[in-house]
Formats: sequence, C-alpha cells, structure tokens
Amino acid sequence: MENDELIPAEEFCMYHNIEYSFISSLEDSGLLRVTAVEQHTFIPSDELQKLEKFVRLHYDLDINLEGIETISHLLEKIDEMNREIIQLRNKIN
Amino acid sequence: MDFVDYYKTLGIEKNATADDIKKAYRKLARKLHPDVNPNDKEAHKKFQQINEAHEVLSDAEKRKKYDQYGENWKHADQYEQARQQQQRGGSGSSGFGGSGFGSGFGGDEYTYSSEGEGGFSDFFESLFGGGRGRRSQTKYRGQDYNAELQLSLTDAYKTHKQTLTVNGKNVRITIPAGIENGQQIKLKSYGSPGSNGGPNGDLFITFVIKNDTDFKRQGNDLYKTEDIDLYTALLGGEKTIDTMGGKIKLKVNPETQNGTKIRLKEKGFPVYKKEGEFGDLYITWNIKLPVNLTQKQKDLFSELSNLST
Repeated sequence: MENDELIPAEEFCMYHNIEYSFISSLEDSGLLRVTAVEQHTFIPSDELQKLEKFVRLHYDLDINLEGIETISHLLEKIDEMNREIIQLRNKIN
Repeated sequence: MDFVDYYKTLGIEKNATADDIKKAYRKLARKLHPDVNPNDKEAHKKFQQINEAHEVLSDAEKRKKYDQYGENWKHADQYEQARQQQQRGGSGSSGFGGSGFGSGFGGDEYTYSSEGEGGFSDFFESLFGGGRGRRSQTKYRGQDYNAELQLSLTDAYKTHKQTLTVNGKNVRITIPAGIENGQQIKLKSYGSPGSNGGPNGDLFITFVIKNDTDFKRQGNDLYKTEDIDLYTALLGGEKTIDTMGGKIKLKVNPETQNGTKIRLKEKGFPVYKKEGEFGDLYITWNIKLPVNLTQKQKDLFSELSNLST
C-alpha cells in the first residue's frame, strides 16, 4: 500500500450521504481497494480521489456499476494512449 | 455580456416540461461531465453552460423570470419597478435575485469545481444574482492539473532544480537525474482549489525529453556510432570519444570489423533516483574508407590486393 492513511468507510458514506453498499459493490467488482480492520472497513487515502469520482458518476450521472467499470477502463486506456502519444511525438522530434 | 439562450443550450423547446429539461440535462451532463472528459477544457466549459441552463430552467421561479424578460433581461429591474409602481404597493412582489434554492443532497445540479471558476456566466449573475444552488454544502476536491515540462537529454542527465509558475504560485521542483521521457511526477495540492473548503487537486507534470545529443537512449543505456579510419581499424590504435560525462580515450583493436559494437560499462545514463548508478554506453564502429586516393596509394592497394589473392 502506497499510503497508510485510512478513512473509515462509514464516515465517508455519512459525509457524502451514500449507502455503504455502493462501496462494497465497488470493492466486489475490483474497482476499489479497501482495508478491513476488526470488522470495520477503511478506504486508503490514495483511493479517495477515485472513489469520489465513482460517487459523482453514480449519484450525479445515474451511471450504474457496469457503466462505471466501462468508463474507468476506457479512461485508463485514454490515459495510456495520451502517454504513448507524448512519447511518440518526442521520438519524431 | 450577451443574452444566453438556455433552451438552446439544452437543446429543448420553450414549452419543454420539467421532465424534458431533466432528461436533456442528464443526457448532456453524461456526455460533458469533467470526470469523463479529463483535460478537455471545451467540455468543461460546455458542462458549466448546461449546468447554468439547468439551474435556471429547473427552478420554476427562475424559469418564469427568464421566460418573462427573455432578451430584454437587461431591463428586468426597470420593468419590475414600473410594475410595482402600478400596483401601488400591492403585495406579490416576487423578489428575484439570490433567493434560496434549497440545499442538501438529492438535487439534480451536478457540481464539479473546474479550474477555480465559479461556473456561472455574467448573464446569469446579472439576472439572478450570484451564488450556486444545490449541494452547496458538499465539499469537492479541486480538479487536477496536467502540465508538460520539456527537458533536453543533457538536462535530464544531471539532477537539477527548476522553478515553475502554477496559477501564480512559484513551485520549485528538483528533477532527479535519469528521468524518463513521458515520466510523470505528482505535486500534491498544486491543482485547482477545492470548492466549499474541499482539498485542492494535484498537479501532474509529464516530462518530455528532447534529444539534443548524438546519443540514442534506451532506458539507462546509451548508443552511439563513432567513425574510425581504415588504417586504425586494420592496424589498431586509439580514439578519443565524447560520452555524456566527458571525453574518454578508447583502444581500437587491430582488424576491427565495420559495425563492431563495444560496451562501456557505466558510461551510460544515470539510473533514476539511484545515485552513482549508470547504464552502459554502446559504441558501434563505423569504418570510413579513404577517398581521393593518390596514384601511389592506388598502386599500394593493388599490391596489397595481389598479395591477398
């Protein structure tokens, strides 16, 4: 784990007014990494940004879990391609 | 400031129902939301525009005022005053401008801080007063910034400090020797400011390394082709070459073949964040044949040729 800072999942849910089941389904689908300590779930702080994005996609844009999975996958691909473009451009120069 | 046609922004008719507005907004929001359009400024701008249109058209009172004054919105206050005077103090003044829009979760307004901008146009501020509406109590992390920093290969060879200006703030960063082309570093909290007290985004710097040397870099290893004359290749000798760390003298073995590759251990590129460690330098010998031979040289080469056969 890159960052040891942990945020209680319960606190996160309260703060964002979301159900805990959303976090557990993200974990089940492999989209989110959480840590369990004595039956409590914690979110590593380096996963927070990603989780907040998922919250926005789901609660603001009404995108279901399958949609979030697809979007995440495509965004990762775009990111990878952008990096590759930079490298190739540099090679040409 | 210009009149903004909110109906056109959402692509709906003037007689659209609340449901039509919601549907049109959701459809566009999914397409233009900053989360699905990272680093796309045009999409962010359009997202703000549809947010603003929705803010007005989804609120019955605001929509009424907008519909009532339309393109004459600049005179809205004058109309309002005249109307009130006519009514001579009659009740029912609607009192536009900055009334509460409700708060808390569950609203349809999508909030997203975008590069520190408030998000509403001057037209909106003028007609309805400033301020954001729903979900304003929610803290949002600021948007991440992405920047590209160009370095020469010579610069990347040594650890050095560089000062960048990000949103008016000077950021002094240390770039370790051996940084790779396309490598990204994160500067925490140097992104867009968070909204409603949320944390700042981060700044991601991608390094673009331009080769200003004769060396070809592959990871930590460097490659270079060096010319030697025919006589040195045949009889052996010495050759001084430039490495990125300075000049070195190399021994050339007798009867060196064209294209022979030699490896110079630890004369390559520094290994990122590993002080004192270097890759290797590979030199390929390119034998240059003599040109413009004199008659005597030609005769001697003929003699040599006869001896060889």
